[in-house]
Amino acid sequence: MAITQLSAFLENTPGTLYKAVSAISDAGVNMRALSVADTRDFGILRIIVSDIEKTKAVLSDDTLVTETKVIAVRMDDKAGALRNVLKVLQDGNINIEYVYAFTGGKTGSAYVVLRVNEVEDAEKVLEANGIKSLNDADFDDILA
Amino acid sequence: MKNYYQKEIETASREEIIAIQNEKIVKQVKYVYDNVPYYRDLMDKKGVRPEDIRSIDDIRKLPFLTKDDLREAYPYGLMGTDLKNCVRIHSTSGTTGKRVVAFYTQKDVDMWEECCARAIVAAGGTDEDVCQVCYGYGLFTGGAGLHGGSHKVGCLTLPMSSGNTDRQIQFMMDLNATILCCTPSYAAFIGETLAERGYKPEDNKLKAGIFGAEPWTEEMRRNIEKSLGIKAYDIYGLTEISGPGVAFECEEQKGMHINEDHFYVEVINPETGEPLPDGEKGELVFTSLDKEGFPLLRYRTKDICVLSRKKCSCGRTLVRMTKPMGRSDDMMIIRGVNVFPSQIEAVLLKEGYSPNYQIVVDRVNNTDTFDVYVEFAPEQFSDKIADVQAHEKKLDGAMRSMLGIGPKIHLVAPKTIARSEGKAVRIVDKRKLHD
Repeated sequence: MAITQLSAFLENTPGTLYKAVSAISDAGVNMRALSVADTRDFGILRIIVSDIEKTKAVLSDDTLVTETKVIAVRMDDKAGALRNVLKVLQDGNINIEYVYAFTGGKTGSAYVVLRVNEVEDAEKVLEANGIKSLNDADFDDILA
Repeated sequence: MKNYYQKEIETASREEIIAIQNEKIVKQVKYVYDNVPYYRDLMDKKGVRPEDIRSIDDIRKLPFLTKDDLREAYPYGLMGTDLKNCVRIHSTSGTTGKRVVAFYTQKDVDMWEECCARAIVAAGGTDEDVCQVCYGYGLFTGGAGLHGGSHKVGCLTLPMSSGNTDRQIQFMMDLNATILCCTPSYAAFIGETLAERGYKPEDNKLKAGIFGAEPWTEEMRRNIEKSLGIKAYDIYGLTEISGPGVAFECEEQKGMHINEDHFYVEVINPETGEPLPDGEKGELVFTSLDKEGFPLLRYRTKDICVLSRKKCSCGRTLVRMTKPMGRSDDMMIIRGVNVFPSQIEAVLLKEGYSPNYQIVVDRVNNTDTFDVYVEFAPEQFSDKIADVQAHEKKLDGAMRSMLGIGPKIHLVAPKTIARSEGKAVRIVDKRKLHD
């Protein structure tokens, strides 16, 4: 299933993140998760939002936006939880490109978003080990 | 200091110079007509016969050559003699990837080296000097020209080539170099590096520097002279005509004397092609009067200059040209390399980018910076940094191989480079190159 992440190109200059976030906010879209990867010249904003189409529409006026399927997993908010998830992926020989994690939503929960090359393979090994890969609707519910 | 390498020519009367030019041009036009079919066609089209050229004043009847002709005739079409009579090739960057390739016979090389020798002697060089040549050696004419000139003068020649500043400084100090030949920006860089390492200007044995191949200002000259404790001389040339030494500066530092016994100079209105009188600003046009391998007639340099035949206190009577004050085309000289925006455009289109780009050139700490802003093509964007950087790297490699110099590539979002009505601002040159 996986969930949909939007990635937007940001120039590495003052105000570009503000501009992007303002556009999303003006469209009344709520962001579930956000991370920015940066280099010398540019950044890539990665977000999970309540309304993908609306977000794409407002961002693509100014910059490049691309959709990516990523894996999202709920964990118990306790020591060792992320390690278990990563162990399963390692044993399944799944390579992780990048990752971000956060706590919140229902009490005692933590979430990790994983960008992997083989989304279906990753989901299979997770499911086989009793770890549910969330879909867009799950993600909305959990955080609502 | 009244030093000449070839006094009889360098201080000849105007009548003597004209007599030499009259004699040479008649022979040279016949030579070119007989041996260069490309130029013969141009003359035929214009209805000019070799016998129409009876004196140097008749040169105006001849057709011009431009860089487009050089590209069209690439590589052999403008040669004046068989390959077996040639001993050397030099090359410079040109538009759309085709380079200018020039051929030299031994006689051409000797003449060119004599011109460089005149420049070195005018800068005070003698056979007692140690001449450090840190222009690039190779296809570029800078290294070979000054190297040959240094030999002719009898200097002890240090063939350093460019780069490796540590080694340059070590040789300069340990072997007591007295004359430095390089680009002005590299001279400034060496001066700064010496100061950083605690050397004072009087710690080195340098007395003169011969600097060219890129634009520089009077202010830069004074800074170099101060930091190295030398007198700095300008030198001008282009591969199409021979290389450095087409014109050189004397101790007056008021314009460069053109070696007009070998290179006839005209200044023309770049719009109409009409010759302009001395003192008026226009495009420099050179005719090589005695070259064999690559004998160009009326070659338009695109450099904008002013000529002066006023008496020079150095005693030389050779006509003087100002430093180039600009270009009549959009060529930029960046770190001594000729760069045309059309080359950058060609790479972008080939690599699948929008041709909406911007070039920003500046000079920071005496070194040219060269940045190219390129709009991302949507299909090239990815959520992964590594993918984006791979695009940057590929474009960087393509630019490097086209230009011979690597710009810093900046990928930006689409539609972020200003599209102005009419002519877009493709080039932002922040360098102060002309006084």
